[in-house]
Amino acid sequence: MVSLLDIIGPVMVGPSSSHTAGACRLGLLARCLVGGTPDKARLELHGSFARTGEGHGTDKALAAGLMGFRPDDERIRTALEIAEREGLQYRFEKTTLGEELHPNSVRLTVERGQHSHVMVGSSLGAGRVFVTEIDGYPVEVHGNSHTIVLLAEDVKGSIARIAAILAEDDCNIATLRLTRKERGGDAFMVIEVDEEPGENVRDEIRKLKWVRWTHRLDKVSA
Amino acid sequence: MYSSLAAAIRDAESQGKSLGVLALEVESRDQARPVADIRAALGRALVVMRGAVDQGMVGDLHSASGLVGGDAAKLRHGPPGPLAGTPFRDVLARALAVQEVNAAMGVIVAAPTAGGAGVLPAVLTGLAAARGIPDEQIITALATAGLIGAVVAERASLSGAEGGCQAETGAAAGMAAGAATEMLGGSPSQVGHAVALAQQATLGLVCDPLGGLVELPCVFRNATGAAIALAAIEMALAGITFAIPADEVIDVMGEIGREMDVRYRETAGGGLAATPTGRRLARERMVQIKRSGA
Repeated sequence: MVSLLDIIGPVMVGPSSSHTAGACRLGLLARCLVGGTPDKARLELHGSFARTGEGHGTDKALAAGLMGFRPDDERIRTALEIAEREGLQYRFEKTTLGEELHPNSVRLTVERGQHSHVMVGSSLGAGRVFVTEIDGYPVEVHGNSHTIVLLAEDVKGSIARIAAILAEDDCNIATLRLTRKERGGDAFMVIEVDEEPGENVRDEIRKLKWVRWTHRLDKVSA
Repeated sequence: MYSSLAAAIRDAESQGKSLGVLALEVESRDQARPVADIRAALGRALVVMRGAVDQGMVGDLHSASGLVGGDAAKLRHGPPGPLAGTPFRDVLARALAVQEVNAAMGVIVAAPTAGGAGVLPAVLTGLAAARGIPDEQIITALATAGLIGAVVAERASLSGAEGGCQAETGAAAGMAAGAATEMLGGSPSQVGHAVALAQQATLGLVCDPLGGLVELPCVFRNATGAAIALAAIEMALAGITFAIPADEVIDVMGEIGREMDVRYRETAGGGLAATPTGRRLARERMVQIKRSGA
């Protein structure tokens, strides 16, 4: 659903809503997967991101997002220098991620401590973003809501258990999507919720033996 | 939000509201957020828009490549032309100002995008200044603009990489034309004609920035986009109608965008970017960007 404030906004550092603000938001989402600023990030730029990213500050904006800066943060201008100072090792590559993908796309491989995740996301224009893949699982995350992602063994009643934890926290589920790579294989859940879930939600979900990992992706839109 | 301007116009007319008020109510329902909250967010956007206009008028900004900057100040202080002293010239200067700030990695409001960010603030703040319109009314007009932009996002695209410049400064011209028409007393159906008149004038407009940078011709396309919006507002308020409904003009914009060769969609592979001078300037300037680390 398109929000009026997506159209009149974001307030952002120029010059490009897709190549700068959208890139920053994709960085913010990837940051959430490792729960903080990554130690290492490999950023594979696709299409127009690869061709014209440099002059638009796409590299700076992605790094800024990974460090938790939002699109209106003027530190974006010097984000690469800050990254070097703060110990975020980044590497940019130009690549082709497939014909089907939106022209402004990037694959982010982020590492923090023992955690490593891969996210593919696109910048759709006007600062709107769309995450299409996390760790090889197809997803549809817009960052318009707080989103919980988790990987779990494919056990019966898993959805009911997670839903109960959310209900206890008074968190209303907006959308829920479950995907598997194969029958009986791990299940990947993407749950968009209306309210910001508390820390206890993540802790409760992590206590479940059949959950391999879970993260909360912050709402990154206005 | 609405995906059809015709449907929004029908609802606004049947409920006796402006499109801006209707848009605020629909947004409030969609996002479960009070109207006052949305107005406050739009009010903050207006403050940033004015800040960018003021910053750009000073004329001391330089873009990453140095290709653009300082032209807003020329319109404000430079030699007069036939439009000297008119809101028209002031609106052009404001559009250049915001876009020069954007090119210099300053803070702007993407409306709908950063590449087209000069048109809406220029038209709304310029005409509001000329007519002494209070901020509360400008904020409602921003909601009208948001509704129009949402319809374009749903039916076509707001991305130069997908639809060319018609989807960025073209969409911005449609949004500004509709919003200002309402701000100046136009009816919902006059808003629809203003949107159609502005958007039809930019059909087929390619996105061909030198070196792929949001600089040249983007800065000037914002000024001419604002000029198109002013023409559409003047015609719509005079009671002129455009026979093809806005929704259909927007649909055809989307269709043209999908058919547009990739060279004309923000890749710097065609159009002005691929002219001999365009290629030479881009080559020289990119070297400069790399050297300066900008």
